[in-house]
Amino acid sequence: MSTNNRKKLLLMGRSGSGKSSMRSIIFSNYSAFDTRRLGATIDVEHSHRRFLGNMTLNLWDCGGQDVFMENYFTKQKDHIFQMVQVLIHVFDVESQEVMKDIEIFTRALKQLKNYSPDAKIFVLLHKMDLVQLDKREELFQLMMKKLQETSSEYGFPELVGFPTSIWDESLYKAWSQIVCSLIPNMAIYQANLKELQSVMDACEIILFERSTFLVISSSNATNGESLDPKRFEKISNIMKNFKQSCTKLKSGFKTLVINDNIYVSELSSNMVCFIVLNNSDDCQQMVLENIKKAKQFFQ
Amino acid sequence: MSTGKIENAESKAMILLLGLRRGGKSSICKVLFHNMQPLDTLYLESTSNPTMEHFSTLIDLAVMELPGQLNYFEPSYDSERLFKSVGGLVYVIDSQDEYMNAITNLAMIIEYAYKVNPNINIEVLIHKVDGLSEDFKVDAQRDIMQRTGEELLELGLDGVQVSFYLTSIFDHSIYEAFSRIVQKLIPELSYLENMLDNLIQHSKIEKAFLFDINSKIYVSTDSSPVDIQMYEVCAEFVDVTIDLFDLYKDSQQNEQKDKNSKAVHNRPRELKNVSQLGNDVIIYLKQMIRGLALVAVIRPNGADPESCLTVADYNVDILKKGLEEIWANARIHPKESS
Repeated sequence: MSTNNRKKLLLMGRSGSGKSSMRSIIFSNYSAFDTRRLGATIDVEHSHRRFLGNMTLNLWDCGGQDVFMENYFTKQKDHIFQMVQVLIHVFDVESQEVMKDIEIFTRALKQLKNYSPDAKIFVLLHKMDLVQLDKREELFQLMMKKLQETSSEYGFPELVGFPTSIWDESLYKAWSQIVCSLIPNMAIYQANLKELQSVMDACEIILFERSTFLVISSSNATNGESLDPKRFEKISNIMKNFKQSCTKLKSGFKTLVINDNIYVSELSSNMVCFIVLNNSDDCQQMVLENIKKAKQFFQ
Repeated sequence: MSTGKIENAESKAMILLLGLRRGGKSSICKVLFHNMQPLDTLYLESTSNPTMEHFSTLIDLAVMELPGQLNYFEPSYDSERLFKSVGGLVYVIDSQDEYMNAITNLAMIIEYAYKVNPNINIEVLIHKVDGLSEDFKVDAQRDIMQRTGEELLELGLDGVQVSFYLTSIFDHSIYEAFSRIVQKLIPELSYLENMLDNLIQHSKIEKAFLFDINSKIYVSTDSSPVDIQMYEVCAEFVDVTIDLFDLYKDSQQNEQKDKNSKAVHNRPRELKNVSQLGNDVIIYLKQMIRGLALVAVIRPNGADPESCLTVADYNVDILKKGLEEIWANARIHPKESS
C-alpha cells in the first residue's frame, strides 16, 4: 500500500456511541458541549482531510442504526470494506447490549478479513466519563480481554484499544496515536526531535500536524510530569482557534514568539513545531536560525 | 445597598446597567468581566439586588447592575444620589422581545437622570441581535431609535444625546460597544488617541488597540476607523498569548527559582508576543501599564520585517513611558498599584 496515500478509515459502532461527536471534535473544532447538537448520521458520511501533505485521510463515518448496519454487511459490503487501512470501532461503555455490540464487531472483522486483511484495528471504549473513577481500569481490561479474543479469532491478533471520553484529553490522545500509526517514518521524527531538543536546550518540543494540530511527537515522552498533562490538547485548541482568526486577516499562520521563550513555527509544509526554551535569554535570531536549520530534517 | 459605596467611588467613572427583567444584564457582566462562556449564561439566576463589578484599567471603573423589576421612583430608594454619581447609563433592550414597554421605561429613566445629572452619557444596547437576520437588525434599530426619539420629544427632552449599539454576547459586538462606552468616561482619551496615532504613523502599523487584558475591552485606539474583524483578531490574540503563556508559566517559575535562588529576584518579564503570518502581516502584543496591553497589526509592505519590529519595539517603549507619565499626572493621589 506504499504507493497509495489515500488512507481509508472506517469509523464504526452502534448508534449513539459517539462516533460523529469524535469526528467533529477532532477534525471540525467542535467543543465537547457543541456535540449535543449533532443529529444521527444517515448512512455513511465521508470526510476528507489532507494530512502531513502527501497523505489523505478518508474518514467514513458509518451511521450506527441497525437498518444501516444490516446494509453494510449485506448489500454494501464490498463497497464499505474494500481497501480499508484502519477500522476504528467505538463501544459505548454504558451500552445495555454488550453482546450485540461485540457481535457487530465480529461481523465487521469477518468482512475485513475477506476484503482487506491488512487493516489495522483500533477499538475505543467511549464515554468513559460515565464510569466511576476506580472502576474504569478494571472495566477497560475486562472488555479489552474479551475483544482481544474475538479479534484474534478472525486473524487480527494485535488489537489496540483506548479508553476515551470527549470531556477530557483521552480522546485527543487516542486519535493522535491512531493517526500516528499511519505515518511511515515515525521513529526518524522522534530521533530527530530528541536531537533538536538537546541542540536548542529546550524544555520541551512538540511536533504538530499542521491542519489538524494533532500531536505527532513530543520530546518529553517520559519526563514531562511537572507539566500540565492536558497541554497537548490545550495547545492544539488554542492554535486552531488562532489559525481561524488569522484567516480573518486573509492569511495563514507562520510563526509566533512569546517572551522570547515559546516559539511556534512551521517546520515544513505540513508540520508545526512548538518549542519551549529553558532559557529565555537566548538571542532570538539564533533560535530562529536553529529552527531554520532543523527544517531539512523534517521534510 | 449601601450608599457609602457610591460616595467612595468619588470619580464619575461608574456605569449603571439597567433594563427590564430578563434583558440580559447579568449575562453581559459575566461575559465581559468573568470570561464566562456565553452558553453558560443561560443558567444565570435572576438578579434581585444591585451588584457592583469593579474593573480597573487606566481608570477605576465600576459597573453597577440594577435588577430589572426595581422601581427607581419609589421614594425610599436613594436614586437621586445614585444617578448623580454615575458617568454613564447603559440601558439594555431585548430586541427579540416586545420592546414598547422597554422604550417607555427608558424614556422615564432618561427624563429622571437628565434632570438630576445633565452630564450623564446615555447609551442604549439593542441586545440579543444574534438571532436576527441582517435586514431585521437594521429595521429593529431604526424602529427603536425612532420610537425613543418620539417618547423623548413628548417629554420635552429632544436635546438629549442617546447612542445606540447593536450587541450580542455571542460575538464581539458587546466588547466593542462597551469599549466605546468606557472610552467616553476616560478624560485622557484624546491624548491617548493622539499618542497612538503618532505611534502608527511612524512604525508601519495599520491599527493599534490598547486592550484591558482581562476583559478584552479596548481603552483606546488610533483615529482610523475600527474594523470589527481587526478587533476580533486582536482580541483573540490576547487570549492566545495569555493561554499559551499560562501553560508553561509554572515550569518557568520553578526553573527561575532554581537558578536565581541566591541572586536577586528578577522583576517579572512583561508579556510580549509577536506572530508573523503568511502574507508578512505581523501581530504584535506588548504589555503596558495597569493590566493594559498594546496590540498592533503591522504591515511591512515589502520592507524587512525584522527592521519593522525593531522600530516598533523602540516606538512602543516610548509610548509606554508616555502612558506612565500621563498616569502619574492624571491622578492627584495615585494608588501605587504597579
